[in-house]
Amino acid sequence: MLFELTPDQDFLWETTAKFLTSQAPVGEIRRRREDPLGYSPDYWRRGADLGWTSLLVTEEHGGGSVSGRGLVDLTLIAHEFGAHAAPGPLGPANVVAGALSRAGTRTDVIGALLAGSATAAWAWEEPGGLLAGRPPQLEIGADGDEVVLNGTKKPVEAAADADHLLVTGRSGDGLTQVLVPAGTAGLSVERLRTVDLTRRFAALHFDHVRLPADTVLGVLGGAADEVEQQLQQALVVQNAETVGAMDRGFAMTVEWAFDRYSFGRPLASYQELKHRFADMKSWLEGGHAISDAAAEAVAAGDADAAHLVSVAKAFIGHYGLELMQDCVQIHGGIGVTFEHDLHLFLRRVTANGATLGTPADHRQRIAAIAIEEDSRS
Amino acid sequence: MSVDTVEDLDSFRRRARDWIRANLKPLDHAALAAAMAGEPSEEQELAQIQHERHLMRMMFDGGFAGITIAPEYGGQGLTPAHQRAFNEELSGFEHPSHLMVPNVSPCAAVLLDFGTEEQKKTHIPAILKGEELWMQLLSEPSGGSDVAGALTTAVRDGDEWVLNGSKIWTTGAWWSDWGLCLARTNWDVPKHRGLTVFIFPLHREGVDVHRIEMLNGSKEFCQEFLTDVRVPDTDRVGEVDKGWTVGTRWMFHERMLYNSPLITMPAFGRPITSSVSPIDVARDAGRLDDPLVRDLIGESRMLETVGARLQQRVGQGVRTGRLSDQGAAISRLFIGVAGARSRTITFQIAGSAGGAWSDSDGAVAGQGTGYLMRQTGCIGGGTTEMARNVISERVLGMPRERSVDRDVPFREVPRGPSADTRSRS
Repeated sequence: MLFELTPDQDFLWETTAKFLTSQAPVGEIRRRREDPLGYSPDYWRRGADLGWTSLLVTEEHGGGSVSGRGLVDLTLIAHEFGAHAAPGPLGPANVVAGALSRAGTRTDVIGALLAGSATAAWAWEEPGGLLAGRPPQLEIGADGDEVVLNGTKKPVEAAADADHLLVTGRSGDGLTQVLVPAGTAGLSVERLRTVDLTRRFAALHFDHVRLPADTVLGVLGGAADEVEQQLQQALVVQNAETVGAMDRGFAMTVEWAFDRYSFGRPLASYQELKHRFADMKSWLEGGHAISDAAAEAVAAGDADAAHLVSVAKAFIGHYGLELMQDCVQIHGGIGVTFEHDLHLFLRRVTANGATLGTPADHRQRIAAIAIEEDSRS
Repeated sequence: MSVDTVEDLDSFRRRARDWIRANLKPLDHAALAAAMAGEPSEEQELAQIQHERHLMRMMFDGGFAGITIAPEYGGQGLTPAHQRAFNEELSGFEHPSHLMVPNVSPCAAVLLDFGTEEQKKTHIPAILKGEELWMQLLSEPSGGSDVAGALTTAVRDGDEWVLNGSKIWTTGAWWSDWGLCLARTNWDVPKHRGLTVFIFPLHREGVDVHRIEMLNGSKEFCQEFLTDVRVPDTDRVGEVDKGWTVGTRWMFHERMLYNSPLITMPAFGRPITSSVSPIDVARDAGRLDDPLVRDLIGESRMLETVGARLQQRVGQGVRTGRLSDQGAAISRLFIGVAGARSRTITFQIAGSAGGAWSDSDGAVAGQGTGYLMRQTGCIGGGTTEMARNVISERVLGMPRERSVDRDVPFREVPRGPSADTRSRS
């Protein structure tokens, strides 16, 4: 998280932090372990009132940022989501709202997302991964004044209970995005098991799903740049959230190290452990630094945004987990029990590490960008 | 200078851009890579230093030297944001890369913090003009991390001090002009309370400079032997026996490294002092399309990018007080460890050429030698172990290591069976 916030950003951050402290305490998160949604609809509506879904939507469509860079503002909320292991479709709702706003379509859906009365999911991932130059296998074909979708999207965050699904697929050599209403004929939803306690994932199977051609966002086969932007935004939210969870896991473990005595002295007095805390602190601050740098670059549309956002995911995806597992190790046996709260944050970091491209996928992207730049210079 | 007369950033940036483009040459990366493949000859190194002295002078005459330093000491009296703007505009252009660390920071930085008015007026402008090159006489053969355990001794003799002892790991002492030296002035008090800082010219009687050969053939580092070096009391920096106050700040500047607001260094692009690009190594090893090699390239770029951003964050945190001064140890640790990993990566990509090569092998040549030097980034400028102590104890507030040398006269501190021979070798 940024060291210096504007007064408006500070207000946004603080209201969300306070709201989550009172509305998403660990007891509530534990209670909703088996809940299909993972949160109450009222919780999400009240969060939307705090601005959770408005920051990537233009003022013309009822949204707006607090600092002029809505994505950077959104990272403050995402950080708190991570720090509380909070439930709710924060990334998906914002990515879809932003996409609709840029496309200038379905203002009714935008309005419902802003109000928190509806939710949305972005169906991008596929089994086998999409980042290593592999195009989506889900096909979106034109048939008269209709489009037809065939294929599978998996895993898709918050998809099972979403009202609207923004589906990314392939049309020939190009990418296409279609806004699919929940319950459309030919669409089957499979709820997935997940490491996360309160976030939900689903697989979406499309079997000749037919929709009017005006459900396409933009031009058939012309969505590649838009998809890239959505991916970057989703990663920025995910990274900020992971760093928030790392922050919390690290703070809990530092506290434990002062509290826990072995052989008559606190764990914090053993040099072996002190040095591991120092390493973790360097990963944590590195995570903050690169998460914020990527958010600024994506928000500004900088030329190095793709590079920075992949660096952020590759780093935070890898070192976030190293940090959390070291926190488990320093806690000892209690760290792998359900009773202790540390796992709530380990779960969030684990789910985030695996989705939207693994660290290895992003290292390939970093290398591809670097080699491409190198061959041009 | 009052706030309302400070040049605004945009105007400064335009002026800097125009000046840089009109006066400095764009960096030639191919030539630099070729030059770095082998150790430069003594003549080449001296010619490079001479050229960089000239660049310093040009920047001084152009009104861009010491951007954050007060005008009475030859600087521009501007803000760290101006320095940052200049550094951004400098990206891709030649710059005096050897004359920033330790010459401007920590050396000039320490003089600015603790020097007398006369010392500052004499030396700061000379440093900014490239007329005086400074280096730090800090580490000793008897102990690298335990800086406050210095054995080099200064004894008062009227208006002068007489220095004896040995300093080591001084970069480029053979082409430098002045030294900043930490010495023991009192053996009968605990170690931190008996130190004093002095300055003196290096090319003079009693100062014997030896060059040390490193594993890669470099003779950049030196060891100095001081024999009855007489220094006037007016060349003392800070109070007598209060040298640790100076030393603490000195090491803070050292940890800030290129993040210091005193440093003129391109903000973007690979610094010219960095090792060979893993992409060049992969290409010349014929392995650029190997996904495993690309994974390593991605990791190397990732660590480099995060390190640079972390340094910015820590710099900002320290400047704004959101992080303690000691926070600089965080980026020092990260960059040391990441640098060692990057050396391993280029060595691995080089394949068998990492073990044996010919000069015509391009970028893979010499990667094995580079690998032998892998740990230097974790040792020089304070070891990563010391940085870990600082982070855990000073940033996270964890209990300090037990010390046996804290409250006893330095004379009585145990020194190891062969300490006396080592300190003279």
